[in-house]
Amino acid sequence: MAAIEVENLTKRFGDFCAVDSLNFAVEPGEVFGLLGPNGAGKSTLIRMMTTLVPPTSGTARVNGFDIVRAANDVRQSIGVIPQAMTSDLDLTAQENMSIFAKLYGIPREKRLNTIRQLLKDVDLEKWADKPVKMFSGGMRRRLEIARGLVHEPKIFFLDEPTTGLDPVSRVAVWEMLSRLKRERDLTILITTHYMDEADKLCDRIAIVDHGKLVALDSPLKLKASIPGINVLEVSFASVPPAWTEKLSALPEVAEVKSEDNIFRISSQNGPKTTIALLEAARDAGVPVTSLSVQSTTLDDVFVHYTGHQMRDALQAPSAANSPFLMQRR
Amino acid sequence: MHRIWAIIERDLRRFRRSPVLVVVSIIMPLVQLLVLGYAFGGKIKNLHVGVVDQDHGMPAIKLKEMFQAVGANARTFDFTDYHDQAVALHDLRNGKINGLLNIPPEFSRKVLAGANPHIALVEDNSDQFSSSALEGAFTGILAPYNGPLVPPRMTANATLSVVEIYPYVPYIQYLLPGTIVLAIFVSAMIGGGIIFIDDKARGLHEGYLVTPIRKFELILGFTLSGAAKAIIAGVVLITVGSLIAGIPDPFNPLRMARMFLLVIVTALALISMMFLIMVRINDPLVPRAIFGMLNTVLYFPSGAVYPPESFPGWMKAIAIVDPFTYAVHGFKELVLKNTGLMAITGDLAFLTIFTLIAMGAATLLFRRTL
Repeated sequence: MAAIEVENLTKRFGDFCAVDSLNFAVEPGEVFGLLGPNGAGKSTLIRMMTTLVPPTSGTARVNGFDIVRAANDVRQSIGVIPQAMTSDLDLTAQENMSIFAKLYGIPREKRLNTIRQLLKDVDLEKWADKPVKMFSGGMRRRLEIARGLVHEPKIFFLDEPTTGLDPVSRVAVWEMLSRLKRERDLTILITTHYMDEADKLCDRIAIVDHGKLVALDSPLKLKASIPGINVLEVSFASVPPAWTEKLSALPEVAEVKSEDNIFRISSQNGPKTTIALLEAARDAGVPVTSLSVQSTTLDDVFVHYTGHQMRDALQAPSAANSPFLMQRR
Repeated sequence: MHRIWAIIERDLRRFRRSPVLVVVSIIMPLVQLLVLGYAFGGKIKNLHVGVVDQDHGMPAIKLKEMFQAVGANARTFDFTDYHDQAVALHDLRNGKINGLLNIPPEFSRKVLAGANPHIALVEDNSDQFSSSALEGAFTGILAPYNGPLVPPRMTANATLSVVEIYPYVPYIQYLLPGTIVLAIFVSAMIGGGIIFIDDKARGLHEGYLVTPIRKFELILGFTLSGAAKAIIAGVVLITVGSLIAGIPDPFNPLRMARMFLLVIVTALALISMMFLIMVRINDPLVPRAIFGMLNTVLYFPSGAVYPPESFPGWMKAIAIVDPFTYAVHGFKELVLKNTGLMAITGDLAFLTIFTLIAMGAATLLFRRTL
């Protein structure tokens, strides 16, 4: 039995289709990444799977339970780290954990042991009795991860767990998640818009854009699935006519995409293409203003499948960054 | 059950860390009790009355002397003589005097002839309280003035003797029951349904909505923890307020016990009403914006500051459904009359039924999803 099965899952808000008839399955023990820009429908999808938002049509089963008909069974089997920080600032780490353990009905003896162990696992033991308002963003996130595991769930949902954290805290959260997954035999579904995060953590990645699934595979296979193994990013002082065709004809070039004066050239052999490119530019009298050569990353995979760059995505307002308004997404 | 306790524990632990809430909800009503209690309801004194005597006859002088004697004694008013009516009217318009007593020419002749004599009181009626105090005093004095010099052997006039069954109730004591309810209400406003709205605004609710907690468990948890805070405010008010207002025998244990019961029932009614009002609101600015209005609409029609018998129909209609009315009535019985529970059975019943209906409606309207 798959840990999560999603069938034709759809969510509309009025005319806007946030999640458009998605289908996928997550195997037990897998770390499954949902990758996409803000507003792609990731959070809505995760909120449907965690029973927070009812689907418009379609269905999903989590741990074998239907998300609508057996919502409470789903809730009992999952741990959820929402995108917004949801720990109580006025309470201590211990109290935050304890209240959630009580919401799951865990008996006292077990509760105390589990909380102690989990706080140790996320390196917050010595801060157990300090109020959360004294915590840094990274510490707060780690506490929430521990809190999400207090009832020993089988499936763990994390909605952009490292958004807003500094690079050191991000790495700390990644390491912790990898360790917890190993030790606790968890199935993890994680959404992110960081390519490196998805690349490092996930066994499989689903790329979502405009509510639709555009690609689904392991990071390695996704990278192999797009043309070229190197990407040249080059810009010119001026662009002569038929320049794109000229660039496409260079040796080893697989694909040329351009946006304004910036050209992204996928190549099977970066050095060879680079030399040919510089010669062609000199012959045509077009000065090169910048040039970089990289290996293919998930960024390139994303650009290939969605046709736009991650960083171009519009920032949709969210509960996490708007203090006053709940935004439905 | 353990989930309800978890919600209560969370809220009360947070509250213990920052008990500002109860301090605010107690201070505001206490200040209001003190200021309103002393601002209204005191006896009006030292009004200035001008007298224009256009008659100068003996009966006029006798009348003036009677007025002067009463004015000097009770210090309700003092007299200034005017020779020119125009000057006196000018002073009345300029606020130098509060009223003008005019004894017209021919007054004495008409008195002696028994021909329906008149005197006139020209008053500055822009201040109703002062003018009615003057009217009352003057009418009171005229009665003995009109009385026959030698009392008749048989009197046909019926007189009204007033028997007060409770000790004199100063306005500050009259105000105390409303103030107790107000303290419970303020704490219901800032410690009740608004907590859930603030959770929603900060996204905290997502944390507990993904746990297996049920709708009614959440609502009951919030209601009970809010009620606990409101009860603290109510208890402080029934003790400190009684001392400030000078209620006789303020710590009578039996009365305290009855008041405590009424505090609990009132707190539950007001908290569940606030939860019902707030159940579908997501924007935390909305409750803050409507608090002032709610306070006015619920507090003043309840009879807390003025007897409801004087209200127009629409206001009486509000009073009938307003839980404040019943809570204020209940506390008036207990505080001012020291009655038993029998006298407030109706109030307790209304508040309890109100609580059940409000909580039932809130549970129906509550959305467990985002």
